[in-house]
Amino acid sequence: MSIEVRGVGKRYGDFVALDDINVSLPTGQLTALLGPSGGGKSTLLRIIAGLESTDGGSVEIEGTDATKLPPQKRNVGFVFQHYAVFKHMTVAKNVAFGLEIRKRPKAEVKAKVAELLELVHLSQFAHRLPSQLSGGQRQRLALARALAVEPSVLLLDEPFGALDAKVRKELRDWLRRLHDEVHVTTVFVTHDQEEALEVADEIVVINEGRIEQIGTPDQLYDEPANDFVMSFLGEVTRLGGVRLRPHDIDLSTTPGAPESHAGVVVRSLRVGFEVRLTVEVEGHAEPTLVVLSRTHARALDVDAGSRVWLRPTTGATAVPVLDVATA
Amino acid sequence: MTETLAATPGPARTTSRPSGLFGLTPTSGIGLGLALVWFSVLVLIPLAAVVGAAAAGGWGSFWNTLTDAQTFAALRLTVLEAAGVTVVNAVIGTVVAWVLVRDHFFGKRVLDVVIDIPFALPTIVAGLVLLSLYGPESPVGINIVNTRQGIFLALLFVTLPFVVRTVQPVLLELDADVEEAAASLGASRLTTFRRIILPSLVPAIAAGSSLGFARAISEFGSLVLISGNTPYQTEVASLKILKFIEGDNQAGAAAVAVLLLLVAVVTIVVLDLISRRVARRG
Repeated sequence: MSIEVRGVGKRYGDFVALDDINVSLPTGQLTALLGPSGGGKSTLLRIIAGLESTDGGSVEIEGTDATKLPPQKRNVGFVFQHYAVFKHMTVAKNVAFGLEIRKRPKAEVKAKVAELLELVHLSQFAHRLPSQLSGGQRQRLALARALAVEPSVLLLDEPFGALDAKVRKELRDWLRRLHDEVHVTTVFVTHDQEEALEVADEIVVINEGRIEQIGTPDQLYDEPANDFVMSFLGEVTRLGGVRLRPHDIDLSTTPGAPESHAGVVVRSLRVGFEVRLTVEVEGHAEPTLVVLSRTHARALDVDAGSRVWLRPTTGATAVPVLDVATA
Repeated sequence: MTETLAATPGPARTTSRPSGLFGLTPTSGIGLGLALVWFSVLVLIPLAAVVGAAAAGGWGSFWNTLTDAQTFAALRLTVLEAAGVTVVNAVIGTVVAWVLVRDHFFGKRVLDVVIDIPFALPTIVAGLVLLSLYGPESPVGINIVNTRQGIFLALLFVTLPFVVRTVQPVLLELDADVEEAAASLGASRLTTFRRIILPSLVPAIAAGSSLGFARAISEFGSLVLISGNTPYQTEVASLKILKFIEGDNQAGAAAVAVLLLLVAVVTIVVLDLISRRVARRG
């Protein structure tokens, strides 16, 4: 195991940021800490990096107890949401910083910096100042700087949070490819479930200072441990006695299928390639949401006012509704 | 839709770009004119008048005034004392600003206000304050009147706030992220300060230092009471100017004034150059 967190807790006054966290992250994997804002995921990452102290428990990195080590001694690379580049240094100087601290020979520093700038596609900007780079380029610079010291783990705190949607998506793909190339144990914090599902090998869902579930993206999506995980990973609706995903509902315009629920479409909304139907099902207090592809909806010819019959798709992920469950 | 959006700013910008003599719109023209008139009446014309007065006696008398042993001693003392005070301020002022921004302690707010007292006091009162504590009737038995140390102390007192007040806002604006990034890359606190924080502070330190230096070479009020004004020993340039005027030697006074002006300008330019170099090099 590359990172072993045992019994870690953190309080700020009365507020419990983390409560008895136990998690182990295997070497070479790309792990996402996923959860809502203020849920404690960034605090956990900062505790692993040594930027925050823990109230109890221990943190082990690559087999050595790091609980009491200062950040300088942990050999972790950290990437911040707002880049945290050294503004008065050129791109190359930024990347060289950690190596110069370690008093590496000049030629070695130069070669390593060139190699890393190549890796993050910033070679032609080596002599620019960070203020002359775009947000995405600055974050790639921050990543190169963190990788320069050959850290045993790479920690990224909402690395794409400050970027616009398109750059975010590009960098996300790029991070995945980079990880496949470099193979350094990587942990990144995100509140974006799509980002976590797309990039991570393993996801740790954290909410209100506790771990809700640990698993691969598929496990989390198909077998959510509880309501929170299910609703955090994607849209959830209710049909009959179960909660399930809106795209896991079969819609038919004729009755007859067993265990189907009759209803009326009250609203139809097209968003890009999909059509979202709001269906009032007989005997239900709240409406059910159904998502179809545009072509499917056109083939069925459903619109507001259509009479439809709904049932869960075979093999759909569905959890029974408890009395307290809220939609 | 997008086409119209993209098309509008182009022509709009070209028409709003002013075509006047200095590329100014009427309002900015009036603003610049007002600023220049104001600046000229208050600063440029009086300065030119002083230079004119210094030049009135010809180059020879200007040179003779400055090379007169007593005047030269006064000028040297003034510049050296001011330089020393500036160096101390650059260091201590940065430390005080650091403590005020980064540390939390009882009475911080009070200290923050007290820093400005040397700004707020008439400088003659500053002299009086120092005199009552370190004068001939000093309760602590230290008498600095009529010594060079006394001048140094008085100058430190009146120039204390400059560096503190210029560095403080810059320190407040620094990102904690950047220091954490340096720490996780293996930099010690000292290295982080030297290579990451200091380069960001140097422009502010230089600006505060040049203000403090300019103030120190021109200080008058607090030194009237403290320095004792002994020729060759504790006579400073500003008091020398007063003596020239009292002796009805306008040209002599103007010559010293012009030299002080030159020293101030050179210092400000040099400090600015240093700050640019350091801030870039990192």
